Amino acid sequence: MTQNTSVDSVFKILTAILAASALLILIITGYTLLSGSLPVLKIFGISFFTGTQWNPVEGREVFGALPYLLGTLATSAIALLIGVPLSIGIAIFLVEMAPRAIRVPISYFIDILAAVPSVIYGLWGIFVLRYWIVDYIETPLSTYLGWIPIFSGTPYGLDVFTAGVILAIMIIPTISSVSREVISAVPNSIREGAYSIGATRWEMIRNWVLSYGRSGLFGAVILGLGRAIGETMAVTMVIGNTVGPAAIPTSLFKGSQTMSSLIANGFLEATPASLELPAYIGVGLLLLLLSLAINIIAEIMVSRVFKIKGGAIE
Amino acid sequence: MNNKIIVGIVVIVAIAAGIYGYMYYSSPKTSQTSISLTGSGATFPFPLLDTMIKQYETQKTNVLINYQSIGSGGGIAALEGKTVDFAASDAPLGAADMVMAPNSLHIPETIGAVTIAYNLPNVKTGFHLSGSVIADIFSGKVTTWNDPEIQALNSNVTLPSNNILIVHRSDGSGTTFIFTGYLSLSSDSWKSALGQGKTVAWPVGIGANGNTGVASVVQGTQYTIGYVELAYALQNKMTVAAIQNPAGNWILPTLNTIQIAVQSGASKGLPAGGGDWSGVNLLNAPDPQAYPIVSFTYLLVYKELNVIPGMTQDRATSLTQFLWWVVHDGQANAPGLAYVQLPSNVVQIDEASIKSITFNGQQLPTS
Repeated sequence: MTQNTSVDSVFKILTAILAASALLILIITGYTLLSGSLPVLKIFGISFFTGTQWNPVEGREVFGALPYLLGTLATSAIALLIGVPLSIGIAIFLVEMAPRAIRVPISYFIDILAAVPSVIYGLWGIFVLRYWIVDYIETPLSTYLGWIPIFSGTPYGLDVFTAGVILAIMIIPTISSVSREVISAVPNSIREGAYSIGATRWEMIRNWVLSYGRSGLFGAVILGLGRAIGETMAVTMVIGNTVGPAAIPTSLFKGSQTMSSLIANGFLEATPASLELPAYIGVGLLLLLLSLAINIIAEIMVSRVFKIKGGAIE
Repeated sequence: MNNKIIVGIVVIVAIAAGIYGYMYYSSPKTSQTSISLTGSGATFPFPLLDTMIKQYETQKTNVLINYQSIGSGGGIAALEGKTVDFAASDAPLGAADMVMAPNSLHIPETIGAVTIAYNLPNVKTGFHLSGSVIADIFSGKVTTWNDPEIQALNSNVTLPSNNILIVHRSDGSGTTFIFTGYLSLSSDSWKSALGQGKTVAWPVGIGANGNTGVASVVQGTQYTIGYVELAYALQNKMTVAAIQNPAGNWILPTLNTIQIAVQSGASKGLPAGGGDWSGVNLLNAPDPQAYPIVSFTYLLVYKELNVIPGMTQDRATSLTQFLWWVVHDGQANAPGLAYVQLPSNVVQIDEASIKSITFNGQQLPTS
């Protein structure tokens, strides 16, 4: 009997250490990013986060990360706009409507989408998807609706829109698989109750199932958003990689730059003694802060706005 | 139970000792143990360096060289941290880096050239550009193909009225360093507004990753113009412009015109290996047949090798011999990979630099 309790306390200590190490990694990462970017923050201060110029040439350095923050937000927003309705639609179809025979293979293939390396998405994007988007979507939009500011500019396919589409494809498996779990966790009593008062199938799904699981669905969307914000390789291949004020995403058809693609592009060649390296680390710090901010906002929304019903997945 | 465990452990230890002793005493005692050298740095010369290393290793079977192409910045950082035996960089060390890597030698091992590739559906040859017009295109002053500035240089070519899409590099690169150096020489407004760097504040255009990225965007999209390293332009058979050189001739980039440029540019005088190479300039070389946009790419090594932890006499000798081979016999690998061989006057300077490498104050044999 004494052996069991000592094993228990060892187990308790071990798991406590593992949990603490996760927090420790976050703290160390934040500290490293902060100390690495200090040279640049000391010189530019808050204008590093609000400025728009980016000039790494020695002797005339100016660094402003705002355009890349906007680029990240713009591509993620497009990815969510396209991806969330698709993902939740897929989840609803698979749980509520699909016969067993097709539910299993389709779920399987959607999960395979998540296993494809992001570089492959990038390569497919620059060699195939880009031309489809230019020919079938961007050129018609630009010809007929080009007077609307977000459709202005000559479309070349390497822009915010294509990056958003690729990101949408990449976040669909994440959001849809979590949503599937959420929707299948809705108790059947809820569904039967809806039918019993005469709701149609769509009314049942919309007013009962989705509202029951809305905090879980919101969590799924945040997961997908987290992936979209951090995605690097696929985005950097199709986003156009502009710098400075030219990177501010004023139109869907303009090239832009996200924070992660900027770092991936510039980090390797930045000479150690220059101010450029701390600038990239500073952009990394901004990216970390953005991820933290989104997660905190999501937590607040889930706990305050979405009342958690008994049994729903949080 | 315990007895069986003890017997088992003893048997395993005995077998292991037996195998080890057999291998140790039966292997022939050779005086040559394997020597390993490490280097890291630029991606541009990697195909050539890799081929040279493989060829060298087949000749000198006891030497293993490991080159990691992580980028010039990473190579220079490794050199400053003394974690590698040699580094490779497309751009020479700047003043701040020379302080962090004191008494280091620049050894040009091959040559890079920047070609201006374009995609115009009906213009396949005979397209002329000059440095100042290129600067105006890439800075956004000239926006259409039939702009008077371009038309003035191409009076016998019909140019379309489409917008020019310029393609630059999204990643920091030695190719951009050479190209922007040329533009700074050709245009005062470029020099004051944008200057020279491995990456600059491009006001217009889109960026692609690597020479392959720029090549694929230019080839895949019409009415584009971009700059690519010679090897990629030749291997992908891209349409390139003929650039006007100081003698007034329109020169296409070929292995020959570039080697002429380096020979004549180097004859203007190069620093000694241990000097300051940050101002070295092969652009706009004087020869009438010289291509104007060329540059060295460098191997960087410390003059006194005992500053590197773990360096021994044997490894220092091997490194010196490898460097000597690279600038002599190794150069034969260059044309097949679309790199340009070092001309003889540059090889002479490299020889003097390599002969100045010492270990514990003693000069090292080069062959």
